Amino acid sequence: MLNPLTEDASPSVSPLRPPSALRAVEVLGASVVYPAADAPVQALQDIRLTIAQGEFISLIGPSGCGKTTLLRVIADLEPISGGQVLVNGVSPREARLARAYGYVFQAPALFPWRTVLANVMLPLQIQGRDREAAQAIAREHLGRVGLTQFEKKYPWQLSGGMQQRVSIARALSFEPRILMMDEPFGALDEITRDGLNEQLQQLWCRERRTVVFVTHSISEAVYLSTRIVVMSPRPGRIVKVIESTLPDERHLGLRDTPEFMQMAHEVREALSDGHH
Amino acid sequence: MDTIDPRSDPKSGGRLLPLTATVLVIVLLWYALTVWLNGPGAIERVLAPKGPWSWQDLVLSSWTLQRPVLPAPHQIAADFWSSLVDWPIDSPRNLLFHVAVTGQSTLLGFAMGTALGAVLAVLIVHSRTLDRALLPWVVASQTIPVLAIAPIVLVILGSLGFSGVLPKAVIAMYLCFFPVAVAAVQGLRSPQRIETELMHTYAASAWQTLWLLRLPAAWPFIFPALRVGVAAGLVGAMVAELPTGAQAGLGSRLLTGSYYGNTVQIWSALLMASLLGLLLSSAMAALEKWALRHRSRT
Repeated sequence: MLNPLTEDASPSVSPLRPPSALRAVEVLGASVVYPAADAPVQALQDIRLTIAQGEFISLIGPSGCGKTTLLRVIADLEPISGGQVLVNGVSPREARLARAYGYVFQAPALFPWRTVLANVMLPLQIQGRDREAAQAIAREHLGRVGLTQFEKKYPWQLSGGMQQRVSIARALSFEPRILMMDEPFGALDEITRDGLNEQLQQLWCRERRTVVFVTHSISEAVYLSTRIVVMSPRPGRIVKVIESTLPDERHLGLRDTPEFMQMAHEVREALSDGHH
Repeated sequence: MDTIDPRSDPKSGGRLLPLTATVLVIVLLWYALTVWLNGPGAIERVLAPKGPWSWQDLVLSSWTLQRPVLPAPHQIAADFWSSLVDWPIDSPRNLLFHVAVTGQSTLLGFAMGTALGAVLAVLIVHSRTLDRALLPWVVASQTIPVLAIAPIVLVILGSLGFSGVLPKAVIAMYLCFFPVAVAAVQGLRSPQRIETELMHTYAASAWQTLWLLRLPAAWPFIFPALRVGVAAGLVGAMVAELPTGAQAGLGSRLLTGSYYGNTVQIWSALLMASLLGLLLSSAMAALEKWALRHRSRT
């Protein structure tokens, strides 16, 4: 791939592009077109988005707006038809091979034949860590999501919310700089979802990992994000990027404050603007 | 072939009564059938020379005839038991001796067939070309009757200097590999897209994906095939003993029994073969139960 940025041996010390070290993700006019019988489908059209390190970015929009496609493009799960995408200054593929990100799918995708602990150990095992070290790290991460007592259980013995927490621990077990989440709580009930939102927010606040989060819940996006990217379908595009005015440390009660409601209103406006 | 649903009710209490009733009905019909089939022979060879006879005489002599068309269950049981206790284990008159011979080629052939099936499945799953090139041949191979293949394999391997257990194992393998290959292909392809994508995000190699995802996902598909395969391997091993006129093995026992019109011997060998098949497939079922003991039962 011809890409001037990748030729930088150490972009972090390059005097020409000082901010690039702080850029976790750069989407430079990316588009995705699916071939179809009658007319090709424009899943993403000329997307431009820069995500700085440590940001919590939510991609929100109605079905078919390409929010998941955009996340998958960044994660190298989907090829782009045009433009360029950089993750940590390199192509998504190189970033993936360098294990730059952890990915949480909508379903927990835990392996039923592995215990909870062994599931969290999976990526470490793939990376060739020795068993003892992997076990210690996996225990540590299970602790962070509050599931220490469940390490010997099998996934089918856990509730849906617990399973998704295991999958988050698994995504974070190898300490990736970037966490990508594709509607991770979409299949859960609202009470469980609130609890997990709170945990995720605290986790982000503690560790300041870059998070790219796909959701179709306005309150979830406002509660979690430092910036909200509102998208719109046919063709999939970004309508508006909304900077959060909320403080970094948040609690669930914040959702009843006028500030929060103002932001939620702004997102809702942007969503309905995108529809026309 | 038997396909015992592993998720069926584990309590067999509810099945015991109908099962016993069925066995009882079969035994009764069997005894009736022996009178019908052995009656003419009994009249001709035992009763008629002695003079007048009653129907009780007919029934009794049909059940105790020397070379009956259809031996009565107790005759088979007696012969079966006598072969086990009246002869040393290394005697060709002891059925366990033949079990050892046939079992050896069955197990070797089963191991070879499982390995061949697994290798074929891995190749088929990982290469679209091999999928198209191999799968039709794998399927076509099973349309050739094993009875036709057996002598050819024995002659060819014999001319190459192979004799004894290997040629028989090769024929057992021929029957084993197919169910294993087909089930393994299905099983290795069973992981969902989300699971293969997960491995992709971890930059896992194809080998790691095979070992950590595809193979564990495939076991529930492979085990039933192993159960079927080991039983098919026994058939293969016994068929392989027929054309050589082998001196040992359950297949040869069937053959010599039919040479000499010793129907009771045929039936005891058949009983022993069924028991061996049952033992082998239950062993596989037990292995399956143990290996998959942590999987959810939903």
